[in-house]
Amino acid sequence: MEEKKSTFAVKKGLAQMLKGGVIMDVVTPEHARIAEEAGACAVMALERVPADIRKDGGVARMSDPDMIAEIIETVSIPVMAKARIGHFVEAQIIQELGVDYIDESEVLTPADNDYHIYKHDFDVPFVCGCRNLGEALRRIGEGAAMIRTKGEAGTGDVVEAVYHARTVFGEIRRLQNMPVDEVMTFAKEIGAPFELLMETRELGRMPVVNFAAGGIATPADAALMMQLGVDGVFVGSGIFKSGDPAKRADAIVKAVTHYDNPEMLAEISRNLGEAMVGINISSMPEEDKLAGRGW
Amino acid sequence: MLRPYNVFNHMKIGVLALQGAFAEHIVMLSKLGVETAEVRLPAQLDDLDGLIIPGGESTTMGKLMVDFDLLEPIREFGLNHAIWGTCAGAILLSKDAHREQPLLSLMNITVQRNAFGRQKDSFEAALDVSRLYQDGDTREAFHAFFIRAPIIDSVSGNAKALISLPDGRIVAAEDGHLLATSFHPELTGDTRFHEYFLSLV
Repeated sequence: MEEKKSTFAVKKGLAQMLKGGVIMDVVTPEHARIAEEAGACAVMALERVPADIRKDGGVARMSDPDMIAEIIETVSIPVMAKARIGHFVEAQIIQELGVDYIDESEVLTPADNDYHIYKHDFDVPFVCGCRNLGEALRRIGEGAAMIRTKGEAGTGDVVEAVYHARTVFGEIRRLQNMPVDEVMTFAKEIGAPFELLMETRELGRMPVVNFAAGGIATPADAALMMQLGVDGVFVGSGIFKSGDPAKRADAIVKAVTHYDNPEMLAEISRNLGEAMVGINISSMPEEDKLAGRGW
Repeated sequence: MLRPYNVFNHMKIGVLALQGAFAEHIVMLSKLGVETAEVRLPAQLDDLDGLIIPGGESTTMGKLMVDFDLLEPIREFGLNHAIWGTCAGAILLSKDAHREQPLLSLMNITVQRNAFGRQKDSFEAALDVSRLYQDGDTREAFHAFFIRAPIIDSVSGNAKALISLPDGRIVAAEDGHLLATSFHPELTGDTRFHEYFLSLV
């Protein structure tokens, strides 16, 4: 029997197992334990949550390998970690630690202003952010086995997450309704690889699992993204910047399961303590936005 | 024994939809002409002929089964209905996963979680599934995906190993009308395991 590891189907397969779940940003093993107990389907190990990266400024890099290793030791669920856009050596180091997914993330300071990592070269799968279908399919073309719409990380404002998800789903609907002879020009317009666009047209959805991220702070936010059509959610600052992280994490997990059941959502949303304060994106200067990073 | 498609028309099979790859199972069942339902609350078990517990994270699903009072109703359902667990679902059906977590403890099997290692050790392979048929003929191999997969490290009582790797490690087992696979037939287009499960209903 011949075993084949790290094929694209195997990489994509793990993301399929994460669907209907919540992936939580954690900065310590203690956070990771809280996240696992609350029912997270995976954790994202990083040095500072996006809200703190915004506040502190400076260059945001890959986390200390020691911290990532400790988190891997602490939990039995998959562990993800972030590398800077284009920083393939950070990705090599993270892969070496045994993480299950690498996030080539705009939340960290980009290491390359022109190019992303060629992700097919790695054994470990990658997740990447997108604001629209063209960006998503460029990342998949480079080897990403999972996509997350970017939203605006560290704000607690869901408006950009909604905008990016609606943009992607709207483009897919347009693609499905256009005659096949218009697809190549559409590929040119949105900068997407033609073959992946044809595959998306055939499937009626993105060819890999698509989560939402960036600004989800409440169970209602999570259920909103699910009802819009994403496969699951990432919650970053929304949990550990809230008044009662364990309770909020637990509620967001339940809300993703019962996303289309308002009666359950009403029950789940009760008495969760303070949500993260958040930043209103409409009052945010353009240069402070992270979502524009990615080429 | 595998049966022709049309015998599945009258069945209604639930897929536990707390978290994980439940949509993939529903697609496979629909191909076979079976009526399906997503199960998130105990009352949704009422009119089902069988249940599939999909792949996903067993700790997440186990916790949500406790939170939504599903553990006991599914145990009772399993006493006289077919249940199939794939990957995380197999862990939840087991008696012991060598770790403290909520389990249904319905099958006389124990499992080792993440037995092959982390994601970089996940793999796909062709499995000999001739044992699914009782005629002794060799059949076309089944293309199986092992994603951070468990192995079934022991079977006891009425449980028996169904499919093993060449090195002897058990990756599918059955115990009466209960079925566990450590791999993911729902990620292939091959409906043979789904048909086999429906033959247990």
